[in-house]
Amino acid sequence: MSEVSSRELAGSISSVAEVVPILRTSGLTKRFGGLVAVSDVSLDLRVGEIHVVIGPNGAGKSTLTNLLSGDLPPTSGTVHFEGRDIAGCSADRVSRLGIGRSYQKTNIFLPFTVFENCRLAAQSRTQHAFRLFHRAPRFRDINDKAEKAMAAAGLSHRADRIAQTLSHGEQRQLEIAMCMATQPRVLLLDEPLAGMGPHESQRMVELIKGLAANHAIMLIEHDMDAVFALAHRLTVMVNGEVLESGAPEDVRSSPAVQLAYLGGEGLLHD
Amino acid sequence: MRSFRFVDYLPFLLFAALALFPLVESTFYTQLLTKILIMAIFAMSLDLLIGYTGLVSFGHAAYFGLAGYALALMGPKYEAVSLWWSLPAAMGICAAFALVTGILILRTRGIYFIMVTLAFAQMLYFVFHDTKLGGGSDGIYIYEKPLMKLGDAVLIDLENLNHFFWLVLVLILLVYLFLRRILQSPFGKALVGIKVNEHRMRALGFPVFRYQLASFTLSGALAGMAGYLAAVQYGFVNPEILSWHQSGAVMMMVILGGMGTLYGPVIGAFAFVLLREFLSNDAWTGIFAKHWQLAMGVFIVLVALYLPRGLAGVLQRFGKKPLEEADDE
Repeated sequence: MSEVSSRELAGSISSVAEVVPILRTSGLTKRFGGLVAVSDVSLDLRVGEIHVVIGPNGAGKSTLTNLLSGDLPPTSGTVHFEGRDIAGCSADRVSRLGIGRSYQKTNIFLPFTVFENCRLAAQSRTQHAFRLFHRAPRFRDINDKAEKAMAAAGLSHRADRIAQTLSHGEQRQLEIAMCMATQPRVLLLDEPLAGMGPHESQRMVELIKGLAANHAIMLIEHDMDAVFALAHRLTVMVNGEVLESGAPEDVRSSPAVQLAYLGGEGLLHD
Repeated sequence: MRSFRFVDYLPFLLFAALALFPLVESTFYTQLLTKILIMAIFAMSLDLLIGYTGLVSFGHAAYFGLAGYALALMGPKYEAVSLWWSLPAAMGICAAFALVTGILILRTRGIYFIMVTLAFAQMLYFVFHDTKLGGGSDGIYIYEKPLMKLGDAVLIDLENLNHFFWLVLVLILLVYLFLRRILQSPFGKALVGIKVNEHRMRALGFPVFRYQLASFTLSGALAGMAGYLAAVQYGFVNPEILSWHQSGAVMMMVILGGMGTLYGPVIGAFAFVLLREFLSNDAWTGIFAKHWQLAMGVFIVLVALYLPRGLAGVLQRFGKKPLEEADDE
């Protein structure tokens, strides 16, 4: 089954997609020497669902993202993506399988134009790469994907700008656009709102909301307004462990979470 | 969309002008120019790594020298070897060597990459220096220069200085056009992406290692072409062709000329070789000739300080001006 048709399928019978997780981790653990950064984490991601992970600094949220994206190999545990274990796969392999990620710290090609950033991202999905004697801009299919990704992220009007000259918020949008250009089915978004003004944040929240319809999204975020505006499912991590996971209202009222945050950074007190 | 840029057409103008050179100039200058063009091919091969893939190789002489030794060892001793197969064979050997060493070298990054490339080149240097394989430190003479024959007719005789010059000139144009084309392809775009942000390329799904290895192998093969031609020109090979001075010189040509421009290293080769000839000639510089490296060092420091994009950066400033102004609107 081709990538496109399976995605359409997932969208059209979303009731089924809601029950069958596209990505599932169990017992996922990462140790750095004596430090256990991620400990026995089990969570599910489903198409159509935004799974938000929150927790104080050092809770292991970014490490968890790195384990799912292949940037780091887990010490133990499994990551099942569409039924196969991808734990320990390299980052480029994971990306080609259909898991895209954005970075907490903006990670783009600064000297390139916005279009070239997206074009490169789209190029990664094709087999043209080793056709050495065709000029890159001639590949219409790649260009179309890049244009679509820019449009989806609201950056079309910036296509010819050098990425370095964009505002911080626009660079964050580009980060998402590049991720979209690789046409992933699972999105791992690591603090996409970090450092954004209220106006830019609002636009990003709308963007992520729109993406949720046909993607499985794991979102790491500190902005509590955004968290509760977006979350279908909420997981709280503390010291590498899952403290609580479930519907956002339930998690919010959980005594354990209240205690952890009261003792910690008081994030849930608006 | 594409606006006219002087620098795009400069190589062709230069090519036409240079083709006439042997007809009007003495053999001394023809030979000097041949030498420069050979070094320019070598420098372009290194620019593919340094300027476009972000891999700073400090052992590129290994592939240059290996091709020279391949030529010296492949052919019959007192009979001219055929250019038809010996040049591709020498380049093939270099490509194979680059592929195998690349698999190991590309596991390292940054300063370690520089050290490991140097280490491989030094190993090769001592293999030829300390064993009888290539005549030890004396090297090997190439008594008969390669011929290109079609049937019984000799098309190219490299004993003939003009033939040799024109062959080198055609090869450098081919290498330039080949690399320029490749760098505009998706493959080339991916290489530059790797140079700019390797981590992000991996996250986007590019098998970075494979791209780097392909670039490394290609670069090794092209360095081999230059090394083969250099061995033909000198008429002998010895371990000095593999030494780290050679790796350093070609790196300076790339940096002087301007990395990541392809024509920059050609300019760099001209500047470096001509300056070396001028500075080390005691008819011109008198007692300072022996200390030419001192003046060369000053020149390199000045370029590094005031022309961070190399000599090509000066050209670019002329070539790109209209384009940048259009962008500002």
